[in-house]
This record gives sequence, C-alpha cells and structure tokens, in this order.
Amino acid sequence: MTHHDKKGAGRFEPRIVAFFCNWCTYTAADLAGVSRLKYAPNTRVIRVMCSGRVDPQFVLDAFSRGADGVLLGGCHPGDCHYAEGNYKTLRRMRLLERMLKDMGVSDGRFRLEWISGAEGEKVKTVVNDMVAKVRALGPLDLPGKFKDWDSELEGLARSVHASSKEAAHVR
Amino acid sequence: MSAKPKVGFYWCASCGGCEEAVVDLAEGVLDVVAAVDIVLWPVAMDFKRSDVEGMADKSMTVCFINGAVRTSEQEEMVRMLRKKAQFVISFGSCANSGGIPGLANQFSKETILKFVYEDCPGVDNSARTRPQTRMKDEGDRSLHLPVFRDMVRSLDQVIDVDYYLPGCPPTPKLIMGGVQALLSGKLPAKGTVLSPDVALCDECPRKDSKPTDLALTEFKRPHLAPIDPEKCILAQGFLCMGPATRSGCEALCVKGNMPCSGCFGPTSKVRDQGAKLVSCLAGSIAAKETPEIDKVLSGIPDPVGSFYRYGLPKSMLKRRIDN
Ligand code: SF4
Ligand code: SF4
Ligand code: FES
Repeated sequence: MTHHDKKGAGRFEPRIVAFFCNWCTYTAADLAGVSRLKYAPNTRVIRVMCSGRVDPQFVLDAFSRGADGVLLGGCHPGDCHYAEGNYKTLRRMRLLERMLKDMGVSDGRFRLEWISGAEGEKVKTVVNDMVAKVRALGPLDLPGKFKDWDSELEGLARSVHASSKEAAHVR
Repeated sequence: MSAKPKVGFYWCASCGGCEEAVVDLAEGVLDVVAAVDIVLWPVAMDFKRSDVEGMADKSMTVCFINGAVRTSEQEEMVRMLRKKAQFVISFGSCANSGGIPGLANQFSKETILKFVYEDCPGVDNSARTRPQTRMKDEGDRSLHLPVFRDMVRSLDQVIDVDYYLPGCPPTPKLIMGGVQALLSGKLPAKGTVLSPDVALCDECPRKDSKPTDLALTEFKRPHLAPIDPEKCILAQGFLCMGPATRSGCEALCVKGNMPCSGCFGPTSKVRDQGAKLVSCLAGSIAAKETPEIDKVLSGIPDPVGSFYRYGLPKSMLKRRIDN
C-alpha cells in the first residue's frame, strides 16, 4: 500500500482516489486520454454513475485505507444526468469538509470539482494542481497511524497472556 | 458448588448508567439473580482484582462489560475477563463504540491533562503537579496509578467480543432478551448486535409525518425552539438521528419529545454512523447554492460532536489525526 515509503523512491508520490461520475467527469477523463493530454499519474479513478452515489463513507474509507487525497468529480449544477444528484453531493460535501477539518484532515486533501464531458483540459489542470498540493502536505498514511496508535497496547497484551490459568489448577 | 451459570458485570470508562440499567430490570432482576451465580459485580458487591485472578479460565459463563477503555488498568481487566469468560457481552454505547468518553478522541492526551490539571477554571495547582504512574509517599510506600492511554477505545478494539447490547444505556427489554438467549443457549451468530437491524424511524410513532423529501431550510437546536409533539422531529428542522440509528429503544427520546441523538449506534449496513448521518441530513437540505447551503449548515455548530456523539473511536478515522 505505501509505495511512497520505499527507500530510495525519491520524492513522495501522493496516492489520490478519484470518484468520477459516468456522464461527465469520467467522459472528460476519457477525452483527456484520447487527446493525449499529459497529467500526473497519481489518481486511481473509480467510475460511479453519479457524484450523488458517493456516500461520505466512501471518502473516509479511502483515507482510512491509505489515500493521501480524495477527488470527487461530477457534472456542473443543472447538468446532472439524474437532475438533482450533484446538488445532494454539494450539500453533503460542504458538511463533510467541515467535519474533516475538525478531525485534523488538512484542507486540500479532499476536493469537489464540476467537470463536464467536454472539459478534458480541466481534468488535467485539476489533477495536476491537486497532486502538487497534496505532495506539499506530505503522506497522510492512516494505516500506518492506526498501527502506531495501537502500539501502546502490545506490552500489556503479552503480560496478561502469560498469566493464564488452566482450569485444572483451581478447585 | 452450584451448577448455576456464573455471571459477571464489569465497568470501565462509563458513567454508571449501564449499572443502573441492570438494577432497572426491577422484578426481572430477581429472576436473573435466582437463575445465576453473580461472581463479579464491583459496583454492587465487594469484589477484588484477586478474585478475578483466582478464577479458572472459562469458568464464568458470561461477563457483561460496560464502558470505554482508556487506561491500562481497564485494558488489563478486560483482557483478564476475556480469558475467564466463555461469552463477553459488550454492554452499552461506551463499550460498543466509545460513547461519550470517546469524544475525548478529538483532543490529544496532553491537551486533556493540561486542561484538567492546569487550565480548568477552579484548579489551584501552581506547581503544575500531574499524576505520576509511580511514586513514593512520605512513608516510603510505593504507589501505582494506571497509565492514561493516548486515546479512547471501544471494548472490541481491545478484546474479542461475542455480542453487543446497544444503547445509552440498553433498555431493560433488550437486556432481558439477551440474558434469556444466553441462558437458553439459543444464540445468534457471533458478533450480533442484540437489537433489530433496521433504522429507528421504522419504529417511530411519528414516521407517517416524515415526508420523502424533507427539503430542510434550517437546523434548529432543541433548547432554542419549541418542538411540535406530533410531527416528525427532523422534518421540523431539529437534528434527529433516527434515519441512521439502529432501532430497539422503541423511540424513547422521540416519545419524550426530544430528537434521537443516536445512542443505539448504526445498523449493520452502516460502517460509519457520522458519515451516514452527514449523507442523510445534509442531503435533505433544500438549498442548491453554496452560500445558502452553508447558511443552513451553520445551524449545526459541532458536526463531530453531534454525529459521532456515541462512537468517535469506532469511526473510520478513530480520532483527530494531527494531534
Ligand atoms: S427522523 Fe426522528 S422523529 Fe422523524 S421519523 Fe425518524 S426517528 Fe421519528
Ligand atoms: S431515541 Fe435515539 S438517543 Fe434516544 S434511546 Fe433511542 S436510540 Fe438512543
Ligand atoms: S450524473 Fe454526473 S453528477 Fe449526477
């Protein structure tokens, strides 16, 4: 999971999970590819039918499994294939962003962008910009932090284990 | 020795309400007491740590443990109890997901200790003395205190748990149901939460007045505005956690004309109660433009405290990250 931890790998390469809606932003990413636009290779794109399908749980899940950033792309307001999906997205993500901040996740690790199917160029600029910003922030590495946090439990677990009593010894 | 099942009750970081809940079984408690041998119940009877140490492994049929885990002492006791008991029931919100004590995961250990021993109004401690884990007193006796861990954990983040009784505290009906299942040996799959696996709205007497499209235009706080005693509380603009909270309490708070604050935790389909509540409640706002949306959301001054009130340690992020 943590390719950026490898020794000698040079500069930190952020890992960014990108949820793109099928009808606009994914099409734009496709267009960027067909047009041979060069942009940072740090995103792992997950195609969803609508940005409104992205439950805030997905964003937290991505972070907790090692993403350094999460990008969410959908159709411009008024253009959602399902009419209202991206409005729901906007409302949810405005609140999620506040919550992430309160939980110490830096601004810039999560980003919501409206990118239409014709905006291949925008995919390039948004991804490049986000990669640069997250690179400057450094690794989030939640899986590593979880392990670290739990290291305070280890000594005691061993000592209690050692004091086990077999049933035969008592009564 | 009698052949009655041996039962234990233990508490960690909790308020004592879960212990009250056992007493609240009223006459029911007498049936339970007659059917079992209580071999550990520090809050009501005199038991020492050595009594637990002296028990044979697996000699206790079931141990009910309430409270979150914050100190090395709690950690050690629950590990010991896990070895002594055949079944461990995580009892109440704090054991299940960290509960109110779990909200401390928003702050670093240093922030907490500094506030409590230095900055808190009313503290007179100019020498800035902090509790130490080991010290000698004037009589040269050595004293020990448990270690205060860096974060709060749910019981199942420390030991293996067999079943969960949800609630702050669990209701007498659910407790009796759980005890009867254990005594009769009719046990559900390991890891089951012993309460119906549907959202609270499903058993709420006001559910018929909850519109499909809530189209919320403001969030109000219950101490600042009157609550209509008939209509869905969420539809009135108060944060009601019913849509993403497990049922089983029979809508106790709503029946008392207060919004649900989410104490039963999520259903099995939800992995992060707070994020799911964000999804449901923010998604139900009517506004479409960012400034208006933000204005409506400003009615929720403390999202983490509201949406993770009973479960920050079990959230996907577990605690504030930059501390
Ligand atoms: S939101 Fe609250 S008041 Fe409304 S139906 Fe659900 S539990 Fe009942
Ligand atoms: S209504 Fe909500 S907060 Fe109240 S007891 Fe039921 S689950 Fe807990
Ligand atoms: S289909 Fe693109 S945001 Fe809904």
